[in-house]
Amino acid sequence: MTSLTLVRRIKARPSIVFDALTTVEGIANWWGPDAGPVLAAETDPRVGGRFRVRFRMLDGSEHESSGEYIDVVKPERLTMTWRWTGGVEDPGESLLEFRLRAVADGTELTLTHSGLHDDETRRSHEHGWTGALDKLERHFLVIERSPL
Amino acid sequence: MVNYSERLDRTFAALVDPTRRAILARLEREDGASVSALAQPFAIKLPAVMKHLDVLGDAGLITRSKIGRTVTVRLRPEPIREAMGWLRRYERFWSQSLDRLAAYVERKEAEARKKRR
Repeated sequence: MTSLTLVRRIKARPSIVFDALTTVEGIANWWGPDAGPVLAAETDPRVGGRFRVRFRMLDGSEHESSGEYIDVVKPERLTMTWRWTGGVEDPGESLLEFRLRAVADGTELTLTHSGLHDDETRRSHEHGWTGALDKLERHFLVIERSPL
Repeated sequence: MVNYSERLDRTFAALVDPTRRAILARLEREDGASVSALAQPFAIKLPAVMKHLDVLGDAGLITRSKIGRTVTVRLRPEPIREAMGWLRRYERFWSQSLDRLAAYVERKEAEARKKRR
């Protein structure tokens, strides 16, 4: 298992950010890595509700992900399961969490996408692995930089 | 031919163990080490270290070469680069999506303030 954390300061109040994360209109305006369109979005932001988003990238490829909301606290926290669906690529289920903290000029958003690589070995070692993650990522980076 | 996803499985499975990560970290500092030198800092027996080296070797994370009676182990960084590349795809996806999210909500915030006036 490995995870990704991104922190952003955004000049908008948490409730506006939260709506952008949970409404179809909001998602249609930002979801996806380039200016390609969101083709379909469904949300039901309550515990047990589901989401599904399909988008097309500028290279023409289409991607879809879906999952279930498992923690919804407006406007502070949103957690959902995540799985790439409707395509050939399925690395299994992962966990996506948004945390919104009110700061002076808006919101500090922390995104954590964890459990990105799921397999049996990981499950049996989960305990020891989770704490070592940061070290591992640093290790990755060090190796990446070394002139081998 | 082992496919991309299976290679990632092997890489992550190999990296899951702290002893194996320690071995890799050491091989990153030293360009090549003998099996006995690698085993020396660990409170485990040589056969156990050999097993860890087999896992690392199967994952393509190390190479072993024998000269005389000495087996020299070296780091092979390609699988880790590949795993990093895989992780970066997620990073790009979210980083660029969040850029767009920020632009969108900052526009919404400006509109909300205008309405209030």
